Amino acid sequence: PSLLLLLTLTKLTNCFLFSPRQEIMKWNGWGYSDSKFLFNKKGQAEFTGKRYRLSGMTLPSLQDWFENTFGASVKHKSPPVLNASVVPPPRLNEAFVENLKATGIPFSNEAEDRVFRAHGHCLHEIFALREGKKFERVPDMVVWPNCHNDVVKIVELACKHNVCLIPYGGGTSVTSALECPPEETRCIVSLDTSQMNRILWLDENNLVAHVEAGIIGQDLERLLNESGYCTGHEPDSMEFSSLGGWVATRASGMKKNVYGNIEDLVIHIKAVTPRGVIEKSCQGPRTSTGPDIHHFILGSEGTLGVVTEVTMKIRPIPEYQKYGSVVFPKFEAGVACLREVAKQRCAPASIRLMDNKQFHFGHALKPQVSSIFTHFVEGLKKFYITKLKGFDPHQLVVATLLFEGDRERVLQHEKQVYDIAATFGGLAAGEDNGQRGYLLTFVIAYLRDLGMDYCVVAESFETSVPWDRVLDLCQNVKERIIRECKERGVQFQPLTSCRVTQTYDSGACIYFYFAFNYRGLADPVHTYEQVEHAAREEILANGGSLSHHHGVGKLRKEWMKDSISNVGVGMLKSVKEYVDPENIFGNRNLL
Amino acid sequence: SVSSSFPFSLLDPMLKRDCFEDILEERRNSSDLKYALRCYAPVLYKGVTPCKANMLKNIVLQSDQLHYVINQVSQESGEAPDIIQEEASVILEEMAHRLQISTVRCFAFALSKAFKTLFQHVCVNEEGIQRLQQAIQEHPVVLLPSHRSYMDFLLMSYILYTYDLALPVIAAGMDFMGMKFVGEMLRMSGAFFIRRSFGGDKLYWAVFSEYVKTMLRNGFAPIEFFLEGTRSRTCKSLTPKLGLLNIVIEPFFKGEVFDVNLVPVSISYERILEESLYARELLGVPKPKESTSGLLKARRILSEDYGSIHVYFGQPVSVRSLAQGKVNRSTYNLFPRHIPRKPMEETQSFVNDTAYRIVRLQEDNMVLKPWVLMASLLLQNLEGLELSVLTEQTVWLRGLALSYAAFLDWPDQAPTAKVVSSSLALHRGLACVSGDRVSLVVGEPLGPVTPEEALFNRAVSVLSCASYRNQVLHVFLRPAMLAVAMLHLSDEVYNCFSFLWDMFSNDFILCPGDTVQDFEEACYLLVKTGAVQMPQQDIVMTDIGQPTLSFFNGLLEPFLQGYQVVCRYLCEEASEGLTEKQYIPAVRSFAVKLILAGNLRCYEVLSSDMQKNALAALLRMDAVRKVKVADQVTLIVNKMAVNSIDDILGKNRMISHINQTPISPSLSLVAVAEDLYRDGLTPSYIR
Repeated sequence: PSLLLLLTLTKLTNCFLFSPRQEIMKWNGWGYSDSKFLFNKKGQAEFTGKRYRLSGMTLPSLQDWFENTFGASVKHKSPPVLNASVVPPPRLNEAFVENLKATGIPFSNEAEDRVFRAHGHCLHEIFALREGKKFERVPDMVVWPNCHNDVVKIVELACKHNVCLIPYGGGTSVTSALECPPEETRCIVSLDTSQMNRILWLDENNLVAHVEAGIIGQDLERLLNESGYCTGHEPDSMEFSSLGGWVATRASGMKKNVYGNIEDLVIHIKAVTPRGVIEKSCQGPRTSTGPDIHHFILGSEGTLGVVTEVTMKIRPIPEYQKYGSVVFPKFEAGVACLREVAKQRCAPASIRLMDNKQFHFGHALKPQVSSIFTHFVEGLKKFYITKLKGFDPHQLVVATLLFEGDRERVLQHEKQVYDIAATFGGLAAGEDNGQRGYLLTFVIAYLRDLGMDYCVVAESFETSVPWDRVLDLCQNVKERIIRECKERGVQFQPLTSCRVTQTYDSGACIYFYFAFNYRGLADPVHTYEQVEHAAREEILANGGSLSHHHGVGKLRKEWMKDSISNVGVGMLKSVKEYVDPENIFGNRNLL
Repeated sequence: SVSSSFPFSLLDPMLKRDCFEDILEERRNSSDLKYALRCYAPVLYKGVTPCKANMLKNIVLQSDQLHYVINQVSQESGEAPDIIQEEASVILEEMAHRLQISTVRCFAFALSKAFKTLFQHVCVNEEGIQRLQQAIQEHPVVLLPSHRSYMDFLLMSYILYTYDLALPVIAAGMDFMGMKFVGEMLRMSGAFFIRRSFGGDKLYWAVFSEYVKTMLRNGFAPIEFFLEGTRSRTCKSLTPKLGLLNIVIEPFFKGEVFDVNLVPVSISYERILEESLYARELLGVPKPKESTSGLLKARRILSEDYGSIHVYFGQPVSVRSLAQGKVNRSTYNLFPRHIPRKPMEETQSFVNDTAYRIVRLQEDNMVLKPWVLMASLLLQNLEGLELSVLTEQTVWLRGLALSYAAFLDWPDQAPTAKVVSSSLALHRGLACVSGDRVSLVVGEPLGPVTPEEALFNRAVSVLSCASYRNQVLHVFLRPAMLAVAMLHLSDEVYNCFSFLWDMFSNDFILCPGDTVQDFEEACYLLVKTGAVQMPQQDIVMTDIGQPTLSFFNGLLEPFLQGYQVVCRYLCEEASEGLTEKQYIPAVRSFAVKLILAGNLRCYEVLSSDMQKNALAALLRMDAVRKVKVADQVTLIVNKMAVNSIDDILGKNRMISHINQTPISPSLSLVAVAEDLYRDGLTPSYIR
């Protein structure tokens, strides 16, 4: 069985090694240029390309779902404007350029290279690209170090010539972290880590691998797999995000229940700062040597330096993997079940609970059924759940599961979880439903592009919250969004959907999708931002955190003081002050 | 200018009141039985299914909140948790409602009959009902009616039944439980019973608050209670009690509900059933203990005409919008939600503020009848006055009231004389016309009476009449205080206003911290009606301002005199060890002496309500202190302080018998503001 849904894709593409990624990736949307959703001439949705399980398939129910959910119509198109953005001319620091040339490290000041690294994937960024709007500030040049020592040289030169550096990994930020501060007058250099993508060594005795931080998630996984190992770190963005980026934003992977989050996975971090290189002297599995300096770097969001090399835990590839799903009559029952699973500490590698809206969303992605028999079986299942078991199709929710390990234990584990689910009224609903749930998270960003082709804007955001507040938070945030949309003149009911996407001993991570049809609005992005702002306020008022894994960037800076107290902000500031007094790493994230 | 820079209801162009619909009209034309048995299917909050009373009890008994307190109490008392749990269950049993639609139908039938006999009309603003219906579906609703009669909550349920709205559960005082049968009937029509005082009883509080919150959170039914805590015997709104309001607002702060809608409801009676009962009670005849037989005796009242009732459902007030920027909900994040906790200061002041605003909203929508204006005039002319003069002055007062946005129900078509005479007819127990003179009726005693008895009878009619005048006070209060302050001839008009404001804040609904705003409102209103001019921010009476200012002065006169009598008593008569218990009878007999000696003509000071409020004011101003000695609470009087308060009031009073010279206070508002600032008030009070 394939480890990843997209394993087929990794076989086909020759990964990113040494190829400028903008050649195979969209410049104004998500992912690969060859992969996109569209409504074909028959009005049916299809997913182009060959990379994904859904690729080349038609999705007969997507159009209905789309039109009914958003009040949108495939007749109302809003295609992207095709001319690239007007790019402000580069402000080069000649002395820096001269010195850089002498090192032989490749760089560029081509407009295309610079714009590509001027943004992440926030709605406003992608919207601006599609509309051909001018970016106020973009990097003045891009530099591609090949190894740790290259980075040392670049940082030294930047300090010498007072140049602003912005590290760039996979470019999947959704917090405006890559946005260049418009007030920055110095030359801005985007430090692209993509060429630092090797596994330097692999230690099977201690089960660790030493990896360059520019490596992209799927490449890391593929290369390790060749040796029979994996990291098990699978954030939804892993096709495009980088190891250094994970460290810099405190990333979380969907299988963290087995493998841990990024902070649990790293054993050693090497980073280059204006003060010099920071690293530990040993690889002891745990130390008591004052506050853990790794935690200054984890979540530093590129404000202190560049992560160049990471030693990371690895695991043998699990022998067996199995998807599963459970339907519950109501969201409340599902949350109670997940809470119990967390209490008993028997969570499978992944366990997620999608609300009713997301369940329907997932269903809209069902490919055309090939045989009458499958059709018949589907019908029977539906009949069983809604008619015999009395589940209301507008209330029921589904938990998706992923088990990993040796076969016997997986089956045992599976039984344990299904037994718990049964006590909360949950019914096992098959592997296919489970798998489709995970598929949704990998294609969701492609679907956003489709929405934007038809006047629908969309975004996701997340938080973490204690168990007892999960239900209230979900409900209040959704209600707040609906109310704010109404007050701001959004003419169509917005889509608000959430899932409990990670479980912990004392709480859970909640992931929201939010989208609306913006026809009739003068400035949809502004409206969107206001609503998202209000939603975040609501999250904070309901005991949710500022972020579980997306980070703060510039998007959520304003709430940092309330989140970590004045003293907390002061501590971070003093670290920044010591490490980078000239603000060389001047992306102005976090603080 | 000062008067245009502040927000208050009278300046609000949105202030438009709804029209009324008489719900008795249909009752008079169709079968009551059919009405009582008709299909009743109200829409509920987000379509919840109604919760059986027993299920509700189980939810409460099994809640984390209650478990926590049970364990806590068990640890403190050494009793086993089971026993405490059992106690909790008993408390809940005693408290819980057992709403049954069949009982409600019985009431619907019986009340239809009763209302048709007692009242001419029961008028309801249907737009308010529509808003309420909408609100019930969106968020948990708390109904907050004014409370002037026993009738209030039956009437509320009756109206909601009539309009097919969800029936409320109603917090009622335990004293109803005394009436066995009636108590159970009320319970089955949605009342739940709470002890009047349960100060330190943690378990009781926990059961009670969890019971209310469970109903609110789940939106099983609108919750109804009286912010004023008890029936107002004077027809003035009472200082709001915060306990229940705290309970219903907390689920919002804790994020358990998205919002809570507070719906102020103003119930105005043209004639109050308990009219003379209240007056007697205020004069010291203790309130009859509620008993079923007592209620049956009240059948006598069924033969009288009590005019109309107006019930106005106000605009739902969203707690979420009110709290915006005032309370930081995330301060609730660091404490488990099921552990009871004293509200934070920020929250307390928000709830207090909210309570006052709601009571003011209730006041704003109280319907005033012409008689209310006439009573105000009669009380300023206790010797009586010519019918033609009364009519003329009533018309004048009507104009004034309307320009101050009073919600006056004045018959449109009828000639003034007709309006006046029919008002007099309805209230013939209080006023009579003999020859051309109108005067208060004094109850005819049987046989010879002592001077004290005569005085008592007179006081009953004065206090009854005052309960009508009191209904209009909220309209005139602020300009009236300004008028008194101006006629005081002090050069510090604002300071004098502020003194009165502070002094009277137990007697009237004055929102804490609103002194400056109220002063500005007063200035605005007096300028608006031409009684006052404000050249260069001075305050000067105009040529035509005399009648208005003098009327306002007379309006507050009984209060000024009353407070002064209390001061005099405390300075001149009060003995060293005066206990709180002795205070009211002692002041009363002091006042009786003064009246009998011909030194005082004010009967309202005999009202225990005024006496209590005056004492509360003096306590607040630190002129009197309470000291607990053994089991007695003793009042320690600071005679100097009381004397100086008496002086200020005294000056007011003497001046208030009006010399005709124009008044020219020299103090500018800016100077006042500076003074205030210097005195350490927060600058935010100054705009």
